[in-house]
Amino acid sequence: MEYRLRRTMMFVPGNNPSMIKDAYIYGSDSIMFDLEDSVSIAEKDAARLLVYHALTSVDYGDKELVVRINDPYTKLGKDDLEAMVRAGVHVIRLPKTETAQDVVFCDEQITQIEKEIGKEAGSTRMMAAIESAVGVLNARDIAFASKRLIGIALGAEDYVTDLKTNRSPEGIELLFARCMILQAARAAGISALDTVYSDVNNEEGLIKEAKLIKQLGFDGKSVINPKQIEPIVNIYTPTVKEIKKSLDIMEAIKEANQKGSGVIALNGKMIDKPIVERARRVLDLARAAGVLDLEDDSIE
Amino acid sequence: MNNINLKEIPYIDEIGTITENYDSSRAIKEYKTCIEREQQENKVVASLREAIIKSGLKNGMTISFHHHFRNGDYVINMVMDEIAKIGIKDLTLAASSLIDIHKPLIEHIKNGVIRRIETSGIRGELAEEISKGLMDIPVVFRSHGGRAYVIETGKLKIDVAFLGAPSCDPFGNANGYSRGNDKGVTCGSLGYAKLDAQYANKVVIITDNIVSFPNAPFGIPESDVDYIVEVEAIGDPNGIMSGATRYTQNPKELLIAKTAASVIEASGYFKEGFSIQLGTGGASLATARFLREKMLQKEIYASFALGGITGQIVELFEEGLIKRILDVQSFDLDAAKSLKNNRFHQQISSSYYASPGNEGSAVNQLDIVILSALEVDVDFNVNVLTGSDGVIRGAIGGHSDTAAGASISIITCPLTRGRIATIVDHVNTVVTPGKTVDIVVTEQGIAVNPLRETLKQSLIRAGLPVYSIHELKDRGEKIVGKAEPIEYTDKIVGIVTYRDGSVIDVIRQVKTDK
Repeated sequence: MEYRLRRTMMFVPGNNPSMIKDAYIYGSDSIMFDLEDSVSIAEKDAARLLVYHALTSVDYGDKELVVRINDPYTKLGKDDLEAMVRAGVHVIRLPKTETAQDVVFCDEQITQIEKEIGKEAGSTRMMAAIESAVGVLNARDIAFASKRLIGIALGAEDYVTDLKTNRSPEGIELLFARCMILQAARAAGISALDTVYSDVNNEEGLIKEAKLIKQLGFDGKSVINPKQIEPIVNIYTPTVKEIKKSLDIMEAIKEANQKGSGVIALNGKMIDKPIVERARRVLDLARAAGVLDLEDDSIE
Repeated sequence: MNNINLKEIPYIDEIGTITENYDSSRAIKEYKTCIEREQQENKVVASLREAIIKSGLKNGMTISFHHHFRNGDYVINMVMDEIAKIGIKDLTLAASSLIDIHKPLIEHIKNGVIRRIETSGIRGELAEEISKGLMDIPVVFRSHGGRAYVIETGKLKIDVAFLGAPSCDPFGNANGYSRGNDKGVTCGSLGYAKLDAQYANKVVIITDNIVSFPNAPFGIPESDVDYIVEVEAIGDPNGIMSGATRYTQNPKELLIAKTAASVIEASGYFKEGFSIQLGTGGASLATARFLREKMLQKEIYASFALGGITGQIVELFEEGLIKRILDVQSFDLDAAKSLKNNRFHQQISSSYYASPGNEGSAVNQLDIVILSALEVDVDFNVNVLTGSDGVIRGAIGGHSDTAAGASISIITCPLTRGRIATIVDHVNTVVTPGKTVDIVVTEQGIAVNPLRETLKQSLIRAGLPVYSIHELKDRGEKIVGKAEPIEYTDKIVGIVTYRDGSVIDVIRQVKTDK
């Protein structure tokens, strides 16, 4: 699967034209237009049309474009799928996923639409949001359910209600779900995406939570306000020391390859595959954050 | 002593100023105490009507007002009502600015009390009516510096200035606040009023708070004041002063502000001892927050902040990041409080602030100014006076003064407002000429005036998103399209002057459906 940074995915209500029209300016890696919970039932059709027109007329540059659809088993969800696949959305986000069957069902719908419009089969990707205890327990099956999946995400608000608890500043109640989702995603080779941090004005709390999920291994986090983007990106941006070390590792590999040497060492330590992979990710993150020059690898 | 023959004094004719002998009738001994004089021999008159009559106001004269009470002002309407009752007509009203609350002037214009208006700006219904052709003589719009210039050079002669003041002693020492005798109404600086008091033929202070002599510190000295009227209320404190001007929460404005701060950092003008002014507007004010981080990080401090002052500037000042404040107008309560309490927060007049006739005027010492705009065109001309419908809805303020005076002028504006693009081929009304505008910062990128190539290269080197102004215009139009041109009649309703008094543009009557 193609590699892509997903440090931040910004939620944009599907019924808010002023936010939709230039959602690309805030520097998130992905933009998620929401047709589900943030749009009232009376506005569902209007929001669908609005997002359709945005996707087909606005130049969002290199952003990954995601749309959260309504329950695909309902007419609303089916209409959403129909419109968004036709609009050329990159990723359909499936809400409240509980079983692998949910993913398969949605996959089949998309396949049908792709066929009708002559779009390359499988080109529309999916992600599944897990928002219940059943979903968490089925995370592994969900993650493996479709080749379209680029990742699975935790939706914490519904999940904590299902657990009969609420969200705490430390997030201890989410630990099990986070670990389950992360293991499932990694096992399937797809992205693991963390839930939103709802207290928009608490930057300290956001930073704490972002550090935690980064340490657990998550690819990134959903954001509900543009001002949450920079703190998260900063946490995902490697330090100069990390970058230098990674550049040295890549250089050592290059040298070894040129010499045809099988064993690679740097400063007397052997470099194996996991070290190389980590170094590569560090450099990708550094380039994406603009601290490493894309062309000549100079640190800025 | 009595028989000194002046003719005997050598060179007496050349000295010239010595012409009379002393006699004992010339020495007048004052036996009254200060308190007795305050009560018996003062400048306080019984009523506004009496003050108007005593001032000698006649048909066809020019009167002036300040706008330090903003949308809480009672003074202009109160004075105009009284003048109308007396029956004086055909006046020129030279206000430093007019706001929504001054809507009752419409009637006075219709009834012939007011024949002509000079101001920095007009908002609300009065502005709409004038745009629709309410007045025969076009309104003259002047910047704060431009107004000071015509007043001090005598081109605009003020016959009577009616100046509201939150504190005044019985001899006329007036101020926008009072140390120790606060009556709840405060406006901070009296910067615009100071100049009118200095140059008007007669000056009437209107206050709700007569304090004992001396009202120190004062913004207007007693020597400039002729009459004082005590009234029940001079304004609505809530309209005069909002609490603190709040930092914007609008993500787009924050993004623009953050970019503007990065522009300052990369400009080459971000050096120890720099000076700055932040104009009103969410993005402009929010720049303070992002600049603060950079100042702390690099340990660079500003020598002074200028202009309309807000809590944002005061915060930096109290943190020691800005060493002096020069305050022509206090925009919020925090600014007014700071003027009252901080020794290095100085009240200045509009002439000191921005007059083009004064080489030393503070805008000329300004390194960086951040301003807003309703429209910017591809020649960098800026409009802050008329809206996208062609109707008057703003004020020049110190826009053209600071843009000219500052080493770099930065315009912050969103690329689109609603469904209207901000960057256009030609602005509806040229207020600030493009020659004096250096950088435009939008949420989608930055444009640098081709006259400032070095500046442009500095910003590019810093990795900032620099485009040509045409590219920015195209981006905006790609989102919202090109607006239909506004339809005007031939009638000129406003004359826009540049700071030296020359005519830079005119405003025409907007065509209505009728």
